[in-house]
Amino acid sequence: MSITIENLNKHFGEYKALDNINLEINSGELLALLGPSGCGKTSLLRIIGGLEVAGSGKLLFHGEDVEQRDARERNVGFVFQHYALFRHMSVFENVAFGLRVKPKKQRHNEAEIKRRVHELLGLVQLDWLSDRYPSQLSGGQRQRIALARALAVEPKILLLDEPFGALDAQVRKELRRWLRRLHDELHITSIFVTHDQEEALEVADRVVVMNKGKIEQIGTPDEVYASPASPFVYQFIGNVNLFHSREHAPWTQQKGDAIAYVRPHDIEISKIAQDNTSLPVEVKLVRAIGSIVRVEVAVDGSSEFIEIELSRERFDTVPLVNGDKAYIRPRQYRVFESGVENELSAA
Amino acid sequence: MTGHSLQRKISTHESFGVTALLISISLLYLLLFLGLPLIAVFVEAFSKGWNLYIAALKEPDAWSAIKLTFLTAAIAVPANLVFGVAAAWCIAKFEFKGKSLLITLIDLPFAVSPVVSGLVYVLLFGAQGWFGHWLQAHDIKLLFAVPGIVLATIFVTFPFIARELIPLMQAQGKEEEEASVSLGASGWQTFWLVTIPNIKWGLLYGVILCNARAMGEFGAVSVVSGHIRGLTNTMPLHVEILYNEYNFVAAFAVASLLALLALVTLVVKTLVELQAKRSGEPLHGETR
Amino acid sequence: MSQFRAHSVLPGFNLALGYTLLYLSLIVLIPLSALFIKSATLGLGGYWDVVTDARVLASLRVTFFASFAAALINVFFGLIVAWVLVRYTFPGKRVIDALVDLPFALPTAVAGITLATLYAPNGWPGQYFAAYGIKVAYTPLGIVVALTFIGLPFVVRTVQPVLADVEAEVEEAAASLGAGRLDVFRRVILPAIFPALLTGFALAFARAIGEYGSVIFIAGNMPYISEISPLLIVSKLEQYDYAGATAIAVAMLLISFVILFAINALQWWTSRRGTR
Repeated sequence: MSITIENLNKHFGEYKALDNINLEINSGELLALLGPSGCGKTSLLRIIGGLEVAGSGKLLFHGEDVEQRDARERNVGFVFQHYALFRHMSVFENVAFGLRVKPKKQRHNEAEIKRRVHELLGLVQLDWLSDRYPSQLSGGQRQRIALARALAVEPKILLLDEPFGALDAQVRKELRRWLRRLHDELHITSIFVTHDQEEALEVADRVVVMNKGKIEQIGTPDEVYASPASPFVYQFIGNVNLFHSREHAPWTQQKGDAIAYVRPHDIEISKIAQDNTSLPVEVKLVRAIGSIVRVEVAVDGSSEFIEIELSRERFDTVPLVNGDKAYIRPRQYRVFESGVENELSAA
Repeated sequence: MTGHSLQRKISTHESFGVTALLISISLLYLLLFLGLPLIAVFVEAFSKGWNLYIAALKEPDAWSAIKLTFLTAAIAVPANLVFGVAAAWCIAKFEFKGKSLLITLIDLPFAVSPVVSGLVYVLLFGAQGWFGHWLQAHDIKLLFAVPGIVLATIFVTFPFIARELIPLMQAQGKEEEEASVSLGASGWQTFWLVTIPNIKWGLLYGVILCNARAMGEFGAVSVVSGHIRGLTNTMPLHVEILYNEYNFVAAFAVASLLALLALVTLVVKTLVELQAKRSGEPLHGETR
Repeated sequence: MSQFRAHSVLPGFNLALGYTLLYLSLIVLIPLSALFIKSATLGLGGYWDVVTDARVLASLRVTFFASFAAALINVFFGLIVAWVLVRYTFPGKRVIDALVDLPFALPTAVAGITLATLYAPNGWPGQYFAAYGIKVAYTPLGIVVALTFIGLPFVVRTVQPVLADVEAEVEEAAASLGAGRLDVFRRVILPAIFPALLTGFALAFARAIGEYGSVIFIAGNMPYISEISPLLIVSKLEQYDYAGATAIAVAMLLISFVILFAINALQWWTSRRGTR
C-alpha cells in the first residue's frame, strides 16, 4: 500500500514538531526516517499510525484519506521502541491478541488462531518460546515477538519506532539484517524511525533525513551519503571536514563566508604540493584502524584538526609519521554559502 | 507518570461522554462518603451558634481531654520516631538473618484490631492480669490511667514511622553512608549529616500520619482508659461520652477540633509530598 | 559457623538492632503473647464453647460480611476514582486527591458520630433512604456505610501508582492491533492492575474486620443483628469476662493473619509475574 503525505503540520503548543511535510512512499518499500532526537520523525510515524492527530495536511493510504480512521481501523502494524509487550500475557497470547480482539464476525476459530500464531512465531524463529512471559525474554527476542504481534493482523503497513534502539550493538546488527531479509520476503510497506545513520543506510530502500520538523533530503542510501543536499545532511551522515573560505581561500573560490564540506576519504595527502590549491599541513596523529588508516593533520596557522582516511595500500605508498610536513587536496567537495549552494568537483 | 488531559490522542481516549460519566461517579461517591461527613461535622458543631460552640470547648472536662490528647501524642510520636529510625537503620543498611521476619513483626500492630490492642494491656496490667497483683501491691496504676493510654497509643501507631522509613532507606542504599565513613566521618556525623537529610521528607511524612492516628485513636484507648472524666478521657473518648449523653452540640464541637486536625494533617501531608517532589528527593521507597 | 550478619563498615548495627528488638518485644511481642497464653488457659474445649456461642458467631458473621461488602464497594468505586485521578484533569483534582486520605486522618469516633447523624432516618441523606423505606443507620447497612468510609483510601492508593505505570505504549500497541477501548481495558489494563486491586481489597477488608470506633455509633449494636465482634470483646471486658474476650480476640487475630498472609502471597505472585 502506498502512502501519500501532503502539507502535513503538527504543533505542540508553540513548538513546531512537523513543518509542511510532503512525502510519497511507494508500495512495498522499506523507508527510513532518519534524524536527531526531536526532529519530528517519531511524530510523523505516530501520525501515520493514527496514534496522534496532525494539525493540518493530508494523509492518504493508496489514495484514500484516512484522517477520520483511528489507529484500530487503519490496519497498520506498529512496533514500539520499548516493545510494549503485554507483560501479563504469554508470548503466544501476545501474538494472538490482535486476532482475539477482532469483531466477532471476522474472528477466526481457536484452531486457526493457533495455526497463525505458530506460523508467525516460526517466521521470527521463536516458536519454542511461545509459553514464556515477556519478562523471561532477552531484548532481541522481545523485539521479534513485538514484530510477530504486529504482523498477526496482516497489516498493509508496518511502522517501527526505533526498533533496535534499546538493544546492544551486536544484537542490533543481527536484527537489522534479519529485518531486511524479512521485508524482502513479505514486501509490506514499512517505515522505520532511527537516529542511527548506519542503520538507515544499511537497511532502507530510501532514506528520509529530517531536522527540526522539516525534511532535509529524500533519497537512496547512496544518494544521501554521496551527494547530501544540505550542510545538515553532510554533517549528520558520515564524517565530514569543514573548510572555511576565509582560511582556505583557494578551495572555495568564493568571497564572503562559505564553507566547504569534504569527506575524510575524499582528501588526498602527499609530501609535495600538487598545484596551487594544495594546503600545507602538519601531521598530528596517525592511527591504523583495521583496513583503513586515519590521519589527523593541522593546516598551517590553524588550530583545527582535519581528519583524513586512507586505505592501507594508499598509506603504504605515502608513509607518514607525526610531525611530518605534507600537503592536502580535496578530490571532491561541496560549498554551501548562506543558503546558496554550489557544487564543485575538483579534477 | 503524568495525567493525561481530556484531549488525549484518539486511539487511547475514552469518548467525552464516558469521561464525564466516570468523573461524575467519582465526585458523587467522594462527596457522599467524604465531603458530606466533613461538612456535617462543622454544620452540627455550629448548629446552635458560636457561643455554645465555644462554651463546649471551654468546659473543663473538654479542656482536660484536649490536654491529655496532646500529651499522649507528645510521648507516643517521639517514642515511635526513635524506634522507627533505629529499625530502619539496621534493616536498610545491614544484611542479617531474620530480616524479613523482623519486618513482618513490625507490621503486626496493623493487623490487630484496635480493641484487641487495648485488650492485651488489660491482660497484662489489669486486676486479673500478669502484673496486676504486683502493680497493686506497689500501688502503681497503669491501667485506667494515663500510662495505659499512652502505651495503647504507642502500640497502635507502632509501625507508622518505621514502615515509611524502611523502604525509603532501602531504596537509597548505603553507598552515601559508606562514602561518608571512608572520608573519615564518625558514625553519628554520618547519621546526622548524610542519612537524616536524605530521609527528612519521609520522616516528616511518617510523623504526620503517626500523630494523626495517635491523637485520633479510639478503640484501643477506649478499652484501657476507664473513661474517667477530666482524668483519663482523650478527645475521641470525650466525643463518645458527650454523644451518648445526647449532648450533640458539644460532641460535634470537640469532634470539629479533631476534624480540623485531620484537615491540617492532609494539608501538611500534601505540602510535604509537593516539597519532596519539587526538591527531587524521594519520599517513598520502591514498594515493589 | 555461618555469620549472623554480613560485614559492613557502617557503625551502629548492634545498638540499632538491640533497641529495635527490645522495643518491639516490650510494646508488641510480650503483650500479644499474653493474649495467646490467656486463651490457652481456656483449653481447647472452653475456647470452642466461647467462639461457637451463637451470639459470637452472629457477630463474626456480621463483621465478616459487612467488611466484605464494604471492601467490594470500594474496589468498584475505588477503581473509578483511581482511574479518574490518574487519567483525567479537571478543576479541583488536587484537592480531591488529597481528600481521599481523609479516612486515614479523621479519628474514627468523629467519623462514627457524623455518619450516624447523616444516615439516621432524620439525617440529611438518611431521610431520602427512609422515604423509600430503607433504614441505613442502626442496621447492618449502617455498618457497611461506616466500613466503606474507613476502607475508601486503600483501593485508590494501591491502584493509583500501578495504573499510572501502565505505559501508554502498551495501550497504543493494543489499539493499533485493532482493540477497542473496552477491549484494551479488559484485556490489557485490568490484568495489569488486578493484583493491586486485590491487594487494595485485602487491605480494606482487613482494616474493616478490626474496625470499632466508626461502627459502634451507626450500628445500633443489636445482638445477633448488628453487633460486631470488636464490640462483643468490649462488652465481655466490661463484664470482667477476660477469657471470653480473649477467645474472640484470638479468633479475629487468626482471621487477620490469614488475610495478611494472603496479601503477602499476592504480592509475591505479582512480583513474580510482573517484573521486567
